[in-house]
Amino acid sequence: MKNNAGMTLIVKTITRLTAGLILIYGIYIVLQGHLSPGGGFAGGVIIALCFVQLMLAFGKEEVLKKLSRKKCIFLAGLAALLFLLLALRGFLGSGNAAFKEGHFKLFSAGLIPFCDIAISILVGTGLFVIFLALVLLTEVEE
Amino acid sequence: MKTANIIPFFVIIPLASAFLITVFKNRPKNFSDFVVILATFSLLLLSLNSLQLLNSSKMIIYKIGGWLPPLGICLVVDGLAGFMLVTVNLTVFLVMVYAIRYMQLYTDKWKFHSLFMLMLAGMNGIIISGDLFNLYVFLEVASICAYALVAFGTEPEDLEAAFKYTIMGSLASLFILLGIGLIYCYVSTLNMADISFALSAKPNGALIGFVSVLFLAGFGLKAALVPFHAWLPDAHSSAPTPVSAVLSGVLIKTLGIYALSRVFFNILGISGNILLVLIVLGMLSMVAGAFLAIVQTDVKRMFAYSSISQIGYIIFAFGIGTPLAILGGLFHLFNHAIFKSLLFLNAGAIEYSTGRRDLRKLGGLGSKLPVTGATSLLGSMSISGIPPLSGFWSKLIIIIASVQAGYIGFAFIAVLVSIVTLAYYLKFQTFAFLGKVDETLTKIKEIPMTMKLSMVILAGICVVAGLMLVPLFRPILKSAADVLSSGTGYRYAVFEALK
Amino acid sequence: MSLYFLCLILFCVGLYCVLRKRNIIKIIIGLVIIEYAVNLFFILIGYRTHGRAPILSEDQVIQNMVDPLPQAMVLTTIVIGLAVTVVLVSLAIRIYEKYGTFDITKIKRLKG
Repeated sequence: MKNNAGMTLIVKTITRLTAGLILIYGIYIVLQGHLSPGGGFAGGVIIALCFVQLMLAFGKEEVLKKLSRKKCIFLAGLAALLFLLLALRGFLGSGNAAFKEGHFKLFSAGLIPFCDIAISILVGTGLFVIFLALVLLTEVEE
Repeated sequence: MKTANIIPFFVIIPLASAFLITVFKNRPKNFSDFVVILATFSLLLLSLNSLQLLNSSKMIIYKIGGWLPPLGICLVVDGLAGFMLVTVNLTVFLVMVYAIRYMQLYTDKWKFHSLFMLMLAGMNGIIISGDLFNLYVFLEVASICAYALVAFGTEPEDLEAAFKYTIMGSLASLFILLGIGLIYCYVSTLNMADISFALSAKPNGALIGFVSVLFLAGFGLKAALVPFHAWLPDAHSSAPTPVSAVLSGVLIKTLGIYALSRVFFNILGISGNILLVLIVLGMLSMVAGAFLAIVQTDVKRMFAYSSISQIGYIIFAFGIGTPLAILGGLFHLFNHAIFKSLLFLNAGAIEYSTGRRDLRKLGGLGSKLPVTGATSLLGSMSISGIPPLSGFWSKLIIIIASVQAGYIGFAFIAVLVSIVTLAYYLKFQTFAFLGKVDETLTKIKEIPMTMKLSMVILAGICVVAGLMLVPLFRPILKSAADVLSSGTGYRYAVFEALK
Repeated sequence: MSLYFLCLILFCVGLYCVLRKRNIIKIIIGLVIIEYAVNLFFILIGYRTHGRAPILSEDQVIQNMVDPLPQAMVLTTIVIGLAVTVVLVSLAIRIYEKYGTFDITKIKRLKG
């Protein structure tokens, strides 16, 4: 069955292979944020690019069924609230916050990996919503 | 719990309410209204509480993460910051009460509330920031929300005004950023008190002059001083009314005047040249704003030009430099926030009831809208400087200070501009409220209760604000003015409070 | 030293673009060029002679490193620039819907 939305068959086949790789690369950059260059914002941008590539290759109906606009806005707000709660945890006092291994290990640097994860979800869904709003030019249904 | 721990809540509360509104939107009906009123009221109480805490200690410092400056970032509340916090939060609370019913003219109220809370977080962050780059980040947060709020109505004129505002505003922010970069290049630190220490040790060369010009251009555009004022009439007249009230009432003062005075008086150190430039810019703004306001027929555009004129008064007062002049300037800043918001809310009430803003098509509304008429009369008389309302006292102090400093010609021009101000506000009153009722306007309805309530409270503050000069309340203004007149003494106060 | 002047020349190129071009999109591109110039200037400030990237790992001997603080500032500034660009582009799209043109000499309904 040939689906006419989106791009040609070659692009769809390659996208099925590479979209997962892009997502994993983005998550890797987020998780290593306290050890090497990267962190929340850069990883979030790459995650957003994964969604954008899926939308370009498969057409908007397919992707919007899985990840609709309302869900994205809700996730972005939730991630922002999570970031604020993490900051409040830091505000309330020091010691015993989170990861406490030594230097240069993956599970170190206290609350920073959690902050990176929250920022990456926020930036990823936020940039995807901006892409939807600018490119699709449809009104929000509420 | 230490007293300094309440300072971050000025930023935490509006941020949390903005994110909560984005998550819940409108699931419980009117949820965003409830959150916004709760948040702004608690911020008002917090700012009054911080003013009271400042009685015992001259300066409250919160070290983020426990790191001592200059290694860490600190949030500083001194006399000036406490005064500005009260001004901002009081005005925003009353405007939000007004906006409960007014924003039903637009769709998607939760988006408006969310953006507004983000803008409030940005403004509060600018006031309490103790670090130069932190000030820039909060300035950008507030500015971007303002750009989006001006375009909220999405009429063609709104979009054009917002585009103009965005381009000019972000250009100004890039000038400020270039200035911050050059300062960092020179002194390798970003903490305000530390920059002041380092600059006093190094020779004051051409770099500081260049940085001063960049800051003057950047912050001057945010404050709408005269060569940089072209965005203000379009933006303030095309925005929805609560946004115009807050933009004209507090945003240009926080982003422009407060940041300008903090950078110039406390960090870079003032010299005679900079004071002279401030006096000239203030004079130009006063005169140009007043004469451009007389010929306007659109109510909100006239108020926007009047804002330019009154900001000219404040900058002129800062330019004189004596402690009495700075006191007068700060008092006029508070007064202008109150009566300019009141006047914009009145214009919004007229628009809500009649649907139009053109002065030539209005008439005789005094009998139809009594509350609006009475409060706008109080507001107009106050801004023109009629005793015993509050505007009279602040203008009197500025003119006395300028005569004492020897600028008799400038004092004379200030009095003239005040008379011109009276002229165009009388024009507004006559055309809008007196005279006979237009035929098309016989069936307009009265404005809702919450809108009336906030206008009445603002008018009441207009009347009693003259009491701020009474010896019971004068320490508030005095400590704010002392921070600016002590100039670079700010750095000693910061390191004193850190011990 | 000449690198700093090149940054300022890039700034002036962007400024010329904002001031003299008539198409809205070209004005937006000019503003983005100015922002790139300021970010480049910031990173150039942090350079120390014979410095390497300011990342510490287990087997490194601490040598001369460049200043990491301007790099943190530039990260923040890039995000701010992204937000301003998004606002400008969405305004440009809506202006095209309402006015039908991108020419700023024809978008002049607000006068006085």
